[in-house]
Amino acid sequence: MKYLDEFSDPDLAASLLEEIRQTVTQPWAIMEVCGGQTHTIIRNGIDQLLPEQVTLIHGPGCPVCVTPLETIDRALAIAARPDVIFCSFGDMIRVPGSSTDLFRIKSDGGDIRIVYSPLDAVRLAQANPDKQVVFFGIGFETTAPANAMTVTMAKQLGLTNFSLLVSHVLVPPAIRAIMDAPTRRVQGFLAAGHVCTVMGMSQYTTLVDEYHVPIVVTGFEPLDVLEGIRRVLVQLEAGRAELENAYARAVHPDGNPTAQAVVNEVFTTCDRAWRGIGVIPQSGWRLSDEYAEFDAELRFDVQAITAEESPLCRSGEVLQGLIKPNQCSAFGKECTPRKPLGAPMVSSEGACAAYYQFRRLDAEVSA
Amino acid sequence: MSDGTTEYPDLENWSCPLPLRDHPQIVMGHGGGGRLSAELVQHLFLPAFDGTALAGTLQQLGDAAVIDLGGQRLAFSTDSYVVRPRFFPGGNVGDLAVNGTVNDVSMTGAQPIALSVGMILEEGMRLDELGRISESMGRAARLAGVSIVTGDTKVVDSGHGDGVFINTAGIGLVPAGLDLGPHRVRPGDSIIVSGAIGMHGIAVMSVREGLEFGSDIVTDSAPLNGLVQSLLGSGVDVHMMRDPTRGGVAASLNEIAATSRTGMQIVERSVPVPDDVRAACGFLGLDPLYVANEGKLIAFVAAADTELALATMRDHEYGREATLIGTVVEEHPGVVVAKTGIGGTRVVDLPLAEQLPRIC
Repeated sequence: MKYLDEFSDPDLAASLLEEIRQTVTQPWAIMEVCGGQTHTIIRNGIDQLLPEQVTLIHGPGCPVCVTPLETIDRALAIAARPDVIFCSFGDMIRVPGSSTDLFRIKSDGGDIRIVYSPLDAVRLAQANPDKQVVFFGIGFETTAPANAMTVTMAKQLGLTNFSLLVSHVLVPPAIRAIMDAPTRRVQGFLAAGHVCTVMGMSQYTTLVDEYHVPIVVTGFEPLDVLEGIRRVLVQLEAGRAELENAYARAVHPDGNPTAQAVVNEVFTTCDRAWRGIGVIPQSGWRLSDEYAEFDAELRFDVQAITAEESPLCRSGEVLQGLIKPNQCSAFGKECTPRKPLGAPMVSSEGACAAYYQFRRLDAEVSA
Repeated sequence: MSDGTTEYPDLENWSCPLPLRDHPQIVMGHGGGGRLSAELVQHLFLPAFDGTALAGTLQQLGDAAVIDLGGQRLAFSTDSYVVRPRFFPGGNVGDLAVNGTVNDVSMTGAQPIALSVGMILEEGMRLDELGRISESMGRAARLAGVSIVTGDTKVVDSGHGDGVFINTAGIGLVPAGLDLGPHRVRPGDSIIVSGAIGMHGIAVMSVREGLEFGSDIVTDSAPLNGLVQSLLGSGVDVHMMRDPTRGGVAASLNEIAATSRTGMQIVERSVPVPDDVRAACGFLGLDPLYVANEGKLIAFVAAADTELALATMRDHEYGREATLIGTVVEEHPGVVVAKTGIGGTRVVDLPLAEQLPRIC
């Protein structure tokens, strides 16, 4: 398939891997920030093809995984209301809150809809004037413009029955938090290509200079990821720390100004809790005061709902690459893909879930 | 990855102390053909239905039961069709209801003979639509050479159904001496899929409310009894067949790996996936291996007969793109492993429930 097959060509992959093998002379730890890249790595088995000296640390870049328990409990409280049509991206539906999940609320009679485009939720609000339509607006900078547009559209249309439950997170503050941790292991980053498609690259120049860490803006197909890894390794081996764009076919250095404008109009930066990690200062977006009337947390008065994460869960350390998932005492016992305690066990490509699958293979092989 | 110090979680023999503890009521995933469906059957239905003369047949959990009637072996299967929307590119719930049961019966090696049809209609359902659905059922039955011989109609109050639910059951006779099933699957067997995968699931999804996208993909819904008969008639040593419907090729391979206590190794690049299906899966964040098919079968055949099986299947209109996708192995029993496009490996797990579109 044009523009897809080219980026998963096995011969090109083999030659990139060979270049990587020839580049590496010592151990390095690289973090891919984005969950989409982790997905590509796991789906294609890229981590097993790399030389042993190269450790990939799966970063906190899956928006579903890092959405805090508290926010999920608030979503569940809203979704359970009989006057609400609750709309969400598909994979958010399965994520468990403290005591239930959206699937179970649906089976109790809740009106839960999976939408592919956030704007479909606005259309649902138009078509159902007697219902409150709520969209669960999660994600990184990538999904923010479309989520922001739901609100500007609802305002234009004069809709009083649409609101947004916002749990947006931002990549650069997360990189900062990882680099500031005294225990940090990460020596280079693959930056999330699609985040940069929206936001551009300027924020990363600061990070590279401040922390003297190589950052390569990277795409999502297997060859994209291999090329990103190769470029980070070349820099590390040469003692360089620069910002490179390995995803130039989609990322303009300035990003997408139109998308940035709508995001800046609708959202304002705020502190945000990340599941398994804790609060990272200025790492999220909330609706700006001008759009507060569309804030589902205010409209349904759910701000009092709080939740405690399991004290057993050590996902913060996993996400920083300090421990392997199976070194956590809850791994495979209290915490499994169907009963996840922390972010990396939630989604199938989370570090713990991926490890769980491969342990299964290892266990069977050695049995 | 193994460091030998951590206790392995029990992954294969999971059995909850309190049946179905995670979900005290039915959730959509219980019908998704994945882990939740399997648990519902294992922990609720099987114990409840136990204690009768042929209950052992149910325990085998095949697509169809095979019952010995003193000399003759009867294949017997049932399935209910609740697809939404009722009409989708290339077909509708009617032809699906006929082909699905014809195929379930066929997977035992039997030639399907007769079907029953149970219609549960919702008050307000349009007769012209019901007419079109019924005509499709008649056409599909004639094409498959199977007779609809008995039926039932019920009507439920408006709001208590989804227009029409169709249940079909089918019977057929298994040829003497033929023995197919997971107990015959062994290391070395070739795993052949009869054609391109993922078409039915994507065709239905392309017209589902809230997800509509432009696509030329049509369902692959088709009766497979003819293909099965030619394959069996060719002298190929077939060990087992399965039609990978709900949960797709991944769910079928996982189930067979688990029941036959063998490992499965597939080569991802060799799995035939049409470009359109791959593109749709790409932007929806789905894996084609998990997408439903309604006119494909997976055959496990003796390695020596691989070429003959492929040639025979390709001679048949529903097997033109038959492809060898992998091998049964001794290693990692119960686990399906795929060699990825760029030469890595990954575990292809049994899905928990239906696949959901991913955000990123």
